[in-house]
Amino acid sequence: MDLGTDFVAPTVEWYALSPYIALLGGLLLLLLVGALTPRWRRGWYGMMSATTAGVAGVLAALQFADLGTAAPRTLVKGALAQDRFGLLAFITICMAVVFTSMTMADAAARSAADTAPRSTDSLEHYALLLTAGIGAAIMVTANDLIVSFLGIEILSLSLYVLAASDRRRAASQEAGLKYFILGGFASAFLLYGIALVYGTTGQTGLNDIGVVLADEVSVPRNDAMLLAGIALLLVGFGFKVALVPFHSWTPDVYQGAPTHVTGFMASLGKVAAVVALVRLFVVAFPSRADDWRPAVFGLAVLTLVVGSVLAIVQTDVKRMLAYSSVSHAGFMLVGLEAAGRIGSESASDGVSAALIYVVLYSVLALGSFAAVSIVAGAASATSLDVFKGVAKTNPVFALGFTVLLLAQAGVPLTSGFVAKFGVIRAAVSTESYVLAVLAMVSAVIAAYLYLRIMVSMWLAEPVTVAPRTITIAGRLTLGVAVVITLVLGVLPTWLLDLGDSLTSLVR
Amino acid sequence: MNVMIAAVADSPILAFPILTALVLVPLIGAGAVLSFGRRRPEWTKLAALSSSVVTGALSLWVLQAFDPADAGFQFVSKHEWIPAWGISWHLGIDGISLFLVVLTGILFPLVIAGVDPHHDERPYLAWMLILQAGVMGSFVSLDLFLFFVFFEIVLVPMYFLIGGWGYDDRVYAATKFFLFTMAGSAFMLVGIVATALLSRDSVGEVTFDLVALAETGSLSITEGRWLFVAFAVAFAVKVPLFPVHTWLPDAHTQAPTGGSVILAGVLLKMGTYGLLRFGVYLFPEASVWARPALYTLAVIGILYGAIAATMQSDLKRLVAYSSVAHLGFIVLGTFALTDQAITGGVMQMVNHGVSTGALFLLVGMIYERRHTRQIAELRGLQHVAPIFAGFFMVVMLSSIGLPGLNGFVGEFLILIGAFDTARWWVIIGTFGVVLAALYLLWAYQRVFHGEPDEANQGFAELRLREGVLLSVFVAIIVFTGVYPKPMLSRIEPSVAALIEHVESRTDYQRPSQGEAGD
Repeated sequence: MDLGTDFVAPTVEWYALSPYIALLGGLLLLLLVGALTPRWRRGWYGMMSATTAGVAGVLAALQFADLGTAAPRTLVKGALAQDRFGLLAFITICMAVVFTSMTMADAAARSAADTAPRSTDSLEHYALLLTAGIGAAIMVTANDLIVSFLGIEILSLSLYVLAASDRRRAASQEAGLKYFILGGFASAFLLYGIALVYGTTGQTGLNDIGVVLADEVSVPRNDAMLLAGIALLLVGFGFKVALVPFHSWTPDVYQGAPTHVTGFMASLGKVAAVVALVRLFVVAFPSRADDWRPAVFGLAVLTLVVGSVLAIVQTDVKRMLAYSSVSHAGFMLVGLEAAGRIGSESASDGVSAALIYVVLYSVLALGSFAAVSIVAGAASATSLDVFKGVAKTNPVFALGFTVLLLAQAGVPLTSGFVAKFGVIRAAVSTESYVLAVLAMVSAVIAAYLYLRIMVSMWLAEPVTVAPRTITIAGRLTLGVAVVITLVLGVLPTWLLDLGDSLTSLVR
Repeated sequence: MNVMIAAVADSPILAFPILTALVLVPLIGAGAVLSFGRRRPEWTKLAALSSSVVTGALSLWVLQAFDPADAGFQFVSKHEWIPAWGISWHLGIDGISLFLVVLTGILFPLVIAGVDPHHDERPYLAWMLILQAGVMGSFVSLDLFLFFVFFEIVLVPMYFLIGGWGYDDRVYAATKFFLFTMAGSAFMLVGIVATALLSRDSVGEVTFDLVALAETGSLSITEGRWLFVAFAVAFAVKVPLFPVHTWLPDAHTQAPTGGSVILAGVLLKMGTYGLLRFGVYLFPEASVWARPALYTLAVIGILYGAIAATMQSDLKRLVAYSSVAHLGFIVLGTFALTDQAITGGVMQMVNHGVSTGALFLLVGMIYERRHTRQIAELRGLQHVAPIFAGFFMVVMLSSIGLPGLNGFVGEFLILIGAFDTARWWVIIGTFGVVLAALYLLWAYQRVFHGEPDEANQGFAELRLREGVLLSVFVAIIVFTGVYPKPMLSRIEPSVAALIEHVESRTDYQRPSQGEAGD
C-alpha cells in the first residue's frame, strides 16, 4: 500500500469558490460568535449578514467581470457551473440578502417600538437568510441534478422557517406549515424526476445528460421513462417558481409570511428557481425540446392569464403582489419557450430574456415589498384600505412606490418595460406570436391591479393624518430599487450588451 | 421613393437639436416645478409657464424655419440609444407632423396660463409638463420603439390628471382610459417588434428606424396585413374609432377642463397621426387593402357620434361625442388616399384641436360659474353674458364647419378628396355635417336663448383673462378659415410624397384631380 504516490491532492480553486466560501464563512461566524456572546445591539446582526452577502456579491461580480474573456467552465468536478448566466443570478441573490437583512432589522425595530416587550431581532433569522442565500447560490450554479436538489432543499427549508418566523401571528405559522407541506410534495416530485432521468441516462450531470440524450440510439426519442422524468421535474420546478396550476400556495404563503420575508421569497426564491429551471432544460434536455416546449407553452399561457386575472380581484396588497408574481413568472416562461426553439438562431435570446426578466423583477419585488412593509407598519395590516392617501402623508415615498408599480405594469422608461420588451422580442423572433400577444394582453389585465394600488395611494382620502416613519434602511432599499428601475429603464444598453455572454452556458 | 431618402439625407442637421429641445424643455420645467417645493408656490406656476412658453416659442421657430418645398423630414436628429436592439433617438418632422407640433406647443401654455386646477397646483403642473413632453415626443419620433415609448408614457400623466383633478366619477374614467389605451398598445408592441424582425433580411439589420423600415423594408402581403392590424388596433383605440370609443365620453366628461382640452386637442391626434405615419407610410399595401373596413368604421363613427351627441343632456358629453364624429372624418380622409383628402385630414386634426379645445374651455367656464353642465339647467345665458355667447357662437360655428372658419376648409377638402375613392361612404358621411349643425345649434339654442331663470341670472360675463385666452383660439380659427394657404402649402408636399410612396409599392393609383386648395 503506497498511498503516498497514488494520492493526488485535488486542486481547490479557492478564488472561483470564494463567493460560496464568503457566504458560508459569514454564516458560521455569525452563528458561532452570536451563540457565544450576549444579545447584540439592535441592527448588528443585520449588519453582519448584509456585510457577508455584500462581500460575496462583490467576489461574484469580480468573477463575472473575469468571465468576459475566459470561457465558462465547471468547478468541483463538474458539480458547479462557472458562467455569467449563473453569476449574474448569484449577484442578484446577494443583493436580495443585503436588502432583506436591512428590511428585516427595520421590521424588528418597528415591532419592538410598537408592541413587543422585547425585541424580535434574533440571530437565527439572519442566519437563515444567509443559509437561504447559500442554497439559492448553489441552485443557480448547480451543474448536476443532485447538487441542484441540495440547493433547493437548503433554500426551501430556510424559507419554510422564515415564513413562520413571526411567532406572534398565527397567519405566519400557518404560512410556514402550508409552505412546508406543499413544498415537501414538490421535493418528492423533483426527486422522483431526478431518479427517472438518472434511470434512463445513467447520468446526473447536466452536461452528461445532454450528451447522452443527443444520441437518439442509446435513449429512444419517445422513451416513456425519460419523458415522465422531465414531466416530474417540470412539476417540481413549477411549484418552486409558482406556475399555474402549481401556484396555489403562493397567495397564502405570501400573505401570511412577514412582509420582508415575502419580498425575499419573491426575489431570491424566484431568481433561484427560474434560473435553475432554465439551466436544466436548456443544458440537459435541448434534444427533447420538441417534447417539453408545448408543456411550457401551456404552463405559460395558464400562468399569465390566471395570474393576472386573479390578481385584480384581490383586496389584500400582499395577495395582489403574490398573484402578480405568478403572472410575472409567466413572462419568464415565455422566454424559456423561446429558448426551446432549438433550431432557431434566436433561441439564445430566450435564455437571456428570461434571465434579465427575473433579475429585473427581483429588484422590483424587493422594493415593492419593502414599501408594503413600511405602509403596513407593525400591525402587518396589508389590505388595500391601509394604502389610502399615503401620497398625502408621504409624497416622496408614494412616488417611489408608484415608479416600482408602473415598472411592474411595464410602462416604458422603466426596467419592467425593458424586461417585457426583451421577452416579447425573443418570442416574436422565434415566431411565437400567440404567446407574445397573450403575454401583452395579460400585462394589461395585471396593469389594473397596479392602478388600484396607485388609486388608493394618490386619489383616496388618507385614513390617518400622521405620516409614516420611514427609517434609513427603508429609504435605502426603496431608493436603490427605484434608481435601478429608472436607470436601467432609460439606459438598458450595458445590460443588453451582456446578452450574448449571458447565454453561453457551460455545456 | 428616392425623393424621401434623398430628402432625409440632405436635410440640414442643425447644430442646435431643436426637436430634442422641444421634448426636454417641458421635462426640465417639470423638474423645476417639483424642486421648488411647497415653500415657493408663486415660483412653481412661473416655472411651469415659462418652460411651456419656451417650448411654444421653439415650436413657432420651427414653423418659421420649416422649408415648405421640402417633402422629407427636416430638423432630423439621430443618436444611438439602445444599439443592442437597433433603437435610436431619431427625431424629425415633415409637413404632416409640423402643425401638430405647433399645436402642442401653443395649446399647453394657453391651458397652463388659462385654467386653474383649484387644488394641488404643483403636481398638476408637473404632470401637465410631462404630458407635453410625451405628446411632443410622439409627434417627432421617427423610430418605432421611441414612438411607442412616448405613446405609452403619455398615459401616466393623463391618468393622474383625470384621476386627481377630475369630477365625481374620475377614478373610473381614468382607469378605463388607461386600460383601453394600454390594451391597444399591447398589440402594437408585438407588431412593432415583429415589423423590425421580419424586415431584418430586406433592411439588412434589425432596426426600429421608421424611415429605413418604410423605404427599404419589404414584408409579404400577409405579414404586412397582420402587422397593420396590430398597429391599427392601438390607433383605433386612441382616435377613437367605433366600437372602441367608449372610454372617450367618460374620460372627457370626468377630466378637469385643462385635461379635456389637451385630450381633445392633441392626445386624440396621436391616433390619427399614427394611422397616417405608422399605418399608411409603413404598410402601404395593407392600408389600401383595409380601406373599406376603415371607411365603414369612420362613417359609423361620424353618424353614431353625431346621433349620440344629439341625445346628450350633459354639455361636456355632447362635445365629447362630437369629437367621435369629427375624428371619423379625419380617418375617412386619411384612408381616402388622395392629396386633397389627406391634406384635409391633417388640417382637420389641427382644426379639431383648436375648436374642440376651445369648446371644452367654454364648457369649463360655464361649469365654473354654474357648477352644472346639464343643458336643462342652463338657459338664456346670452342675455346676461353676450360676449361669452359671442365667443361660444364663433367656436361652435367653426366646429360645425361654417365657410370662412377653419372647420370648413378641412372638412370640405376631406369630402371632396374622398369623393373619388370612397364615394358612397362620403355620401353617407356628409349627413354627419348636417347632424353637427343640428346638435350644436340645438344645444346653443337651449343654453343661450330664452329668458334666464333665477339661477342663471347671475351668470358672470367673460373675464379679461378668459377673453384673452379665447381670443387666441378665435384668431387661429378665423385666420386659417380665411387664409389656409400657408398651412396647406406646407402640408401638401409631404402628403404628395406619402401618396407616391403608396403608389410605388402597390397597384393603387390616385384618381387625377386638381391640386388641393387651389
